[in-house]
Amino acid sequence: MSTPNSYAAPGGSGRFKRLLLALLAWAVALVIFFPILWMVLTGFKTETAAIADPSFIFSPTLESYQAVQARSGYARFALNSVAVAFGSTALALLIAIPSAYAMAFLPTRRTKGTLLWMLSTKMLPPVGVLVPIYLIFRDVGLLDTRTGLILVYTLMNLPIVVWMLYTFFKDMPRDILEAGRMDGASTLQEVVYLLLPLTLPGIASTGLLSVILSWNEAFWSLNLTSSKAAPLTAYIASFSSPEGLFWAKLSAASTMAIAPILILGWMTQKQMVRGLTFGAVK
Amino acid sequence: MTRTRASGRRVGGFRALSLQAPAVTLLLLWMLIPLGMTVWFSFQRYNLLMPGMTGFAGFENYEYLLTDPALWSAMGTTLLLVGWVLAITVVGGTLLAVLFQQPFLGRGVARVLAISPFFVMPTVSALVWKNMMMHPSSGVLAWLSNQFGLPAIDWFSSLPLTSIIIIVAWQWLPFALLILLTALQSLDEDQVEAARMDGAGPVAIFFYITLPHLKRAISVVIMIEMIFLLTIFAEIFVTTSGGPGLATTNLAYLIYIRALLDFDVGIASAGGVVAIILANIVAIFLVRMVAKNLDD
Amino acid sequence: MATLALNNIVKRFGDTEVIKGVNLNVEDREFVVFVGPSGCGKSTLMRMIAGLESATSGDILIDGERMNDVGPADRGLAMVFQSYALYPHMSVEDNMGFSMRLAGVPKAQRRARVLEAAKILQLEPLLDRKPRALSGGQRQRVAIGRAIVRNPSIFLFDEPLSNLDAALRVQMRIELARLHEELDATMIYVTHDQIEAMTMADKIVVLHDGVVEQVGSPMSLYHHPRNRFVAGFIGSPKMNFFAVTVVSAGADGVEVTLPGGAACHVPVNGEGVAPGATLELGVRPEHLSIEEAGTLGGRIQVLERLGGQTSLYVEMESQLLTIMADGDVAYRVHDSVRFGFDASRAHLFDQTGLALESLKAHPLAALTRQDNRAEAGTQSEEAAP
Repeated sequence: MSTPNSYAAPGGSGRFKRLLLALLAWAVALVIFFPILWMVLTGFKTETAAIADPSFIFSPTLESYQAVQARSGYARFALNSVAVAFGSTALALLIAIPSAYAMAFLPTRRTKGTLLWMLSTKMLPPVGVLVPIYLIFRDVGLLDTRTGLILVYTLMNLPIVVWMLYTFFKDMPRDILEAGRMDGASTLQEVVYLLLPLTLPGIASTGLLSVILSWNEAFWSLNLTSSKAAPLTAYIASFSSPEGLFWAKLSAASTMAIAPILILGWMTQKQMVRGLTFGAVK
Repeated sequence: MTRTRASGRRVGGFRALSLQAPAVTLLLLWMLIPLGMTVWFSFQRYNLLMPGMTGFAGFENYEYLLTDPALWSAMGTTLLLVGWVLAITVVGGTLLAVLFQQPFLGRGVARVLAISPFFVMPTVSALVWKNMMMHPSSGVLAWLSNQFGLPAIDWFSSLPLTSIIIIVAWQWLPFALLILLTALQSLDEDQVEAARMDGAGPVAIFFYITLPHLKRAISVVIMIEMIFLLTIFAEIFVTTSGGPGLATTNLAYLIYIRALLDFDVGIASAGGVVAIILANIVAIFLVRMVAKNLDD
Repeated sequence: MATLALNNIVKRFGDTEVIKGVNLNVEDREFVVFVGPSGCGKSTLMRMIAGLESATSGDILIDGERMNDVGPADRGLAMVFQSYALYPHMSVEDNMGFSMRLAGVPKAQRRARVLEAAKILQLEPLLDRKPRALSGGQRQRVAIGRAIVRNPSIFLFDEPLSNLDAALRVQMRIELARLHEELDATMIYVTHDQIEAMTMADKIVVLHDGVVEQVGSPMSLYHHPRNRFVAGFIGSPKMNFFAVTVVSAGADGVEVTLPGGAACHVPVNGEGVAPGATLELGVRPEHLSIEEAGTLGGRIQVLERLGGQTSLYVEMESQLLTIMADGDVAYRVHDSVRFGFDASRAHLFDQTGLALESLKAHPLAALTRQDNRAEAGTQSEEAAP
């Protein structure tokens, strides 16, 4: 999107100022991005090169990537992350779509209150309910299971998912749904033939946000899983104890852990703002 | 009022209700059961290591918690952490948003790079900073200060809280930038041009046009960050484990220590109640603002 | 094909009553236009007929059958929406065939029906396009096509032309009139534009604040508005109103004093009007004529020359009146001008805004568009109700 320059004054000095601003912006962007860049580079170094003096010049190797898989079974944790992130997202969408539909198209006097109440559950700090959830999970055998984590993440993201879907559904022109009703569509047909196809981009970005949030969640995963169902957040945390010698492997594992989400995040940044701010900033 | 209307209404209302029922019921259970249990436990003598000791404790747990110096130290740490990160991300985010709003070569790519840290999982960012950036001998920062002939800083032993603040701010600065940049894009270009016709320079435009326009977005950023920052956990867990001493133990981490390391359910629950009360104070303001927004 | 009757329809949203008891009969094959300012309830009324909104009380009858509890798709209606409401992800053909697809009509049959409708509307070359690749006028035609395909007994149009530019609007107006003739269907049309109402309707229903102000043929509304609201709403430019004092009144007319002191005998039924009372006199801009010896006078404030005609905005006793005059009048701004009117063209309104009944019905008052179409010879026995 190109927005006209609002600050630089016109004329020759404006051009110079603009160049300075561009340099400044790029410098800031690179400084912010540097730790990620450095991590990616370190992943391709040997362990000795990783702790040697910082250098951009080295002969890249894949040995850390191989070691990560061989030593700890990276794939298992990745699979847990995928299962938990996508499982909880699918479940959340399934529960949220009817709810958001009702709120957007069959509003009652209570709708607004319900929406706000849902939002407020999101503000309950997880540590406030850590103890009971931990005890319940222990007693019903959900500790260290994917199911348990899927359940928690579904509930954790449900308010945001309902909210985002609600805002997307609300943007859908009512006329089109009414035309569908005039054409004889039942509620289910209305949803399947008209609502879902037309709001697919919105549903997709809602789903992606839910995947991102679940993938990166670290409080519940650290406290409710130990080994069997541990996702990548918990796996990476296991690198915290043995220091120094494992930097390259840590970097390789981390790179693999964040790469998919980083790309998803880049793709959906605009829609995410809507979800993250509950529609208060568009 | 006729029969038609009454029945029509009930049917519509029933449909709306049944469609919302799963989401509402689940969230209600998710909220009420643990909340109720937390409150209940907070009044109980309940330690997993001492199965014999049970019964109603009254306000004992609260008394213990509130007289425990660890709580007050944790509160202080929480406040410092939240306050500093907020200050850095809001001020930095606003300035960066204005900067990245300018057109320049490769702006799209630069923006994407700048918001990237937000998508990095907390355990990764904490460990990358702890090891590769802030390590006293092999970290990039140590190497940098050596280049300038300065002694390397042992970040996590001499400035533990500062280190955590830097890491968390690095994660949340992109969030503020992303939100504020989006908000800035809805600034009416005509307004800026009108101001320029009225003789406003860049600084005046920033203070009289841009900043007021961003006011709402900034308060949203502050409140959402607060809710997350009040319960920062993973970053502390993988770097300092709350130490040295209690230097980086915030409220969330203290509750974790009491619950899952000391197994004192009663006291941990009392701490949980305190955390919930704190979060709710913020939440009330946020919900109110969003509610106002729902009306437009 | 179908008649429609509304019996005492009321609609409330919460505590606000938006339709306050509407009674209406629509004859078979009639073109009925609901017209009124925005917020008058005309769209709500149409949506209740469509079944998209339920009536709070009252009956909706189609062909004598109560339809209140019948779903929108089963009332035998089709609706053209203001925004066209085309399904953006479907081609023109799929848009038009959607209702049949839902009803489980076989593909070949569907295609045949769509092609038939497309032919009427000259849409054949566009059948594979998506709505976003169409112009406004084309979208409009697709929306109409979607309605035609359903072969409804009543067509509903909700401000269908308001998103088109002026030239296209005129063209579509003509096309709709042609379509009405070709399809021979009952049509109900909602608009806020009185020109659309005047040009297309057999019967106009003027709505205001949820109440029917008047129902009648375009010419009867123009010549015999029932009250001040209809008088002001129908006709463009708007009717001029000014206060007059009654000198004497009776069944054979009302004698009033005009501003400036001249007397004027208006041929309306003045029974029950007291001498000395103040009434409001209304006269259309096209019925005011510039005359050297006119009974009224004023100063020209603004002059708009349209070529064929000239609009003069004249200040008379601090009131601005509009006069439609010949294109060639030689007046200039700030000139004084005298003008008068034929008293049989004037209307008198009492304090409640109700018109005093005209003594003689206008000869064209009962003329409908259909009569226009048939032949010009039937005017002799026309009489206003």
